[in-house]
Amino acid sequence: MITQQETLLEMHNVKFRYADHVVMNGLNLSLKSQETLVVMGPSGGGKSTLLRLLLGILKVDHGSIRFKGKDITKLNRHELNEMRSSIGMVYQYSALMSSMNVHDNIALPLRELSKKTAKEIDKIVDAKLELVGLKDIKEQLPSELSGGMKKRVGLARAMALEPTLILFDEPSSGLDPINSVLIDDLIVALREEHKVASIVVTHTMPSAFRIATSMAMLHDGKIVEEGSPADFRQSKNRFVHEFLSAYLTHGHAKEPKHANS
Amino acid sequence: MIAKLGAITTAFLQELSSLVWMARETVAEVYERISTKKSPFRLTDFFVQTDRVGMGSVFLVSLVSIFVGLTLALLTGYQLERFGMVMLVPITVVISFTREMGPLLTGIVLAARVGASYTAELGTMTASEEVEAIEGMGIGPLRYLVTPRFLAIFFMTPCLSVVAIVSGIVGAAFISNLSLDLNFSYFYDQTMDSLLVKDVISGMIKSFLFGGIIGWIACFKGLAVRGGAAGVGTATTSSVVTAVTTVIGCDTLCNIFMVSVFK
Repeated sequence: MITQQETLLEMHNVKFRYADHVVMNGLNLSLKSQETLVVMGPSGGGKSTLLRLLLGILKVDHGSIRFKGKDITKLNRHELNEMRSSIGMVYQYSALMSSMNVHDNIALPLRELSKKTAKEIDKIVDAKLELVGLKDIKEQLPSELSGGMKKRVGLARAMALEPTLILFDEPSSGLDPINSVLIDDLIVALREEHKVASIVVTHTMPSAFRIATSMAMLHDGKIVEEGSPADFRQSKNRFVHEFLSAYLTHGHAKEPKHANS
Repeated sequence: MIAKLGAITTAFLQELSSLVWMARETVAEVYERISTKKSPFRLTDFFVQTDRVGMGSVFLVSLVSIFVGLTLALLTGYQLERFGMVMLVPITVVISFTREMGPLLTGIVLAARVGASYTAELGTMTASEEVEAIEGMGIGPLRYLVTPRFLAIFFMTPCLSVVAIVSGIVGAAFISNLSLDLNFSYFYDQTMDSLLVKDVISGMIKSFLFGGIIGWIACFKGLAVRGGAAGVGTATTSSVVTAVTTVIGCDTLCNIFMVSVFK
């Protein structure tokens, strides 16, 4: 049983290469239960790769990733699939099944991975849609939904199996400020009302500071700064400083050159 | 020149090993699912795919086979007429269609119609991260997406081959009656006399083989898509070309083997 403030996830000395490109170079990261960790970093810096390593979709070359005390790099196929059902993921472009309506999208993990009856699944789908503030869209196809609605349906699907951790890949990207705030509020509600931990990969600074309980800066395959949002604002790390000030000045990050102050 | 040949050979071997890897992983996913007493895929998905392959292709397979049967009878008839052997047309058509033309035409039509659609569909799902989402949820994408599609085309190809054989013979009978003065009852009797179990069996074995090849290549090409819409287009073309070439190549090997076995 994981209680509040227990370590839920721990990555130790993770190394990962994609062809000749070193993506992770001795990355260390930890997440406590009921925490919202925002991971920031330059584009192409390996933030999305980090989420795929956590789900076991990509395999680490070196190091360990412990989720609820189990090293996921050593799990067999069955154990890995069981672990994945405890982790939900909300994709940048939603990744909803285009041939299925909203109901079937949310019901998919329940049908495939649980022994629930059709009636029970219908109830859960309704509850999850209500949780993300959507109604009367069960029969609609993803192509008929707006970007914000797709993200919320993606979140409802990620919540279907009651995971203990949800991964968000750029949840605010492509959304207007109103929808972006709506998604942020849902992430906060997940933590405060449903006691779900989250790792959020984002570039949107206002959003990051609104939802984070802790933050990490990924650069050159390593976490160069980790701490609370207040720590980040006052960080002496040159890279973090340049990254944040670039956002404040230009609304987007330039690519700072130095990782260490 | 040697370097180019080496690169082509390496690429071919890589693709072949990936196909074998996919087969091994699919079997492992199906086995894992069955060992936990769960069905590897939903039966409704399988029936949707059989309907798509079977009912969706039956008209096209019939039409192509009728045209080819008609042409085959017409051309062989004109040649045999010169030697006064036009009565041999039904035998020629029946043997050609049961052993060769039926399964081969079905294979080519399915590679173009179903193989292309499998690749495009799975390729689009791969490009839009749907396949990754399925994997990330802990649902094996191979057992969930590939198995029902593969089994559907594997079992429907022999059924469609039978349709192709019958259609080809009907087309041949029709043109023989019109152009070669062979009446329907004579054509029917000759067809029944020349239909041999060994020919039908060899045709059916080939059909299963072609169905498996097309399904496997199409699913593999779809799941291996890289690079969005352009990647889907390239993969679909490659899927059809590879499947048709492999089917024709396997057909030749099967013929060499079966002629030596059944002669």
